[in-house]
Amino acid sequence: MRLVHILFYLAIVGYALGTLYYLLHVMRKRQSIGRLATLSTLGGFGLHSLSAIFQVYALGRPPLGTLSESLSFLAWAIALIYLATEVRYQSRVMGAFVLPIVLLTALAAATLPGRAADVRPALQGIGLWVHVALAVLGNAAFALTFCAGVMYLLQERQLKSRHLGRMHFRLPSLELLDSVSLRSLLVGFPLLTLALITGFMWAEHTRGTLFPFYGREAWSILSWFIFAGLLVARLSAGWRGRKAAILAIVGFCLVLFTLVGVSMFRRGPLL
Amino acid sequence: MDILVVGLNHKTAPIELRERLHVPERDLPKALELLRGVPDLAETMLLTTCNRVEVYGVFEGSAPSAADGIADTLARYHGVDRALFAESLYIHVAGEAIRHIFCVASSLDSLVIGEPQILGQVKSAYAVAQTQEATGIILNNLLEQAFHVAKRVRTETGIGTSPVSISSVAVDLARKIFGELAGRSVLILGAGEMAELALRHLVDDGVKSVLVANRSFDRAQALARQFCGKAITFEDFRQEMVGADIVISATSAPHLLLKREDLDAITLKRRHRPIFLIDISDPRNIDPACNDVDNVYLYNIDDLQAVVNANVKERRQEAERAAPIIEREVAVYLNWLRSLDVVPTIVSLRQRVEEIRQAELAKALGRLENLTADQREAVAAMTQSMVNKILHQPMTELKRRATLQDGHLYTSVLRRLFGLEGKDA
Repeated sequence: MRLVHILFYLAIVGYALGTLYYLLHVMRKRQSIGRLATLSTLGGFGLHSLSAIFQVYALGRPPLGTLSESLSFLAWAIALIYLATEVRYQSRVMGAFVLPIVLLTALAAATLPGRAADVRPALQGIGLWVHVALAVLGNAAFALTFCAGVMYLLQERQLKSRHLGRMHFRLPSLELLDSVSLRSLLVGFPLLTLALITGFMWAEHTRGTLFPFYGREAWSILSWFIFAGLLVARLSAGWRGRKAAILAIVGFCLVLFTLVGVSMFRRGPLL
Repeated sequence: MDILVVGLNHKTAPIELRERLHVPERDLPKALELLRGVPDLAETMLLTTCNRVEVYGVFEGSAPSAADGIADTLARYHGVDRALFAESLYIHVAGEAIRHIFCVASSLDSLVIGEPQILGQVKSAYAVAQTQEATGIILNNLLEQAFHVAKRVRTETGIGTSPVSISSVAVDLARKIFGELAGRSVLILGAGEMAELALRHLVDDGVKSVLVANRSFDRAQALARQFCGKAITFEDFRQEMVGADIVISATSAPHLLLKREDLDAITLKRRHRPIFLIDISDPRNIDPACNDVDNVYLYNIDDLQAVVNANVKERRQEAERAAPIIEREVAVYLNWLRSLDVVPTIVSLRQRVEEIRQAELAKALGRLENLTADQREAVAAMTQSMVNKILHQPMTELKRRATLQDGHLYTSVLRRLFGLEGKDA
């Protein structure tokens, strides 16, 4: 096994421990377990970063060439954005929702076939790397919007139904969740927009057409419109709360489908 | 020598009786003075709160007679007949007593489980007993341990986390909606006593701006002045709801003041910012259907009470998680207490053997007159080291056994074997 893989698997162990401890932290509400959760995640993230650096060195190109590599980068980016959020909001409860996503994404990256496969040389180029990196970073931000949305719906249901379960006491306030949701949207949307623009420029460059409208491009545009609509509604009409959360969840599911689903169902080149 | 608790609490005695036997803090020294007169009671302290009157003590001899003495003293102090409270009295001894004291300090025995005041009350009762020199090494150690247990229970279980009063539930809900309450504004409809009470809690928790709307503008102004707020005319309250975060309705109006249509219009003007409506009026002033509007959270007094009840239930469940902690700590304390039992035995055994050594040494040296000073010293040293060597093994074993379940057996056998009975140090 190469060092890159060893580091990556160790990073997955870190994320798995992080997931476990965040869940325990939320259930038991112990500060000491919470600190362990943050440390494990931080450790996983550090090892993951090292593994990526070695991979760049080994491949001679950014590790964004295959679906597996993109998923690995996605897991890394979600972990990064989550850790920043934890520091900013001083709340670890979101970790119990975000870390499982990080873990699953990293596991998918580790198990998907074609991990070592090479990208067709015709597709390589700086434009492609910029496009993929922007798209993945945008998706990572939307993963946080998604988690904040799910937590918002859970907390809102408890408050509306007036049956306050354990979840009510563990979850942060609606205000905080709504704020995380808006901020991550404000980060993710420009990234997605830039990713789409560079994507089309790249398509024109390599295939000679600006709007190829293969499956993936159509789905990407659809999710862009959903997020654009959400952002406009939030900023201009003061839209917030339940409907905004639902729309953010739908948007992220679409993004995930675009990234993984379309690639899996379609034969042929992954990118 | 053991620990006992004699007392009554909210579970065994009605409030009238508890009030009758209550000892105010300034009278504690006098009561303690009387308790110290109880024969066989070596150490003592007295805890009285509105929910309990309890005497903690360390006694020699039999528990029933010590308990009798305590009960008599309580009756004498209050000038009442003992029969008045004999039925309500409970007596816990040894492990039971330790467990009881730990539970009391941890607020597991409280009327409202997890309420934080009891620990402070135990602490101040202990402080009074300490300054009166009524406590000694055993109670001091027990109380320090009890404070440690209380802290553990509070941090390791959730007995104190969920709010269990109407007003604290309302504040908690507001926090779960708005996050920090600092900088939030509250609008109150009505200026009665209920309104004032509700406002007090929110203002204590950081709510900054207060608006009061009342049919009688003068009373609105009076209430507003108390909280550095602003009075508005009652007819304007719907417009003011556009800017308020929390609206409390506490009027005596016999009809609905807010309907769903009002809220639809208001949330639109508020640009969907969340609003928390609390309806504590009877009959209701806010249409229950208002809760169906997005970003509107309506709780009436029954809803708040239901939350209180659910939280009380949760605290009871959390209290069950405290049981293993208490059991472990009781065992730790009992170990320490049993190891104390062995100390007098060891001291008297050492004394007894030392007496024998001195006597035999004197006899021998009397016969060996022509020894030099050095040689005399050598003989004395030899007897000393023989005694030490012989005693070493049984002493170590006794100390080790003392902390175990059957420790007292070893002590009593040893006392019997060496004829130490009635020779306590």
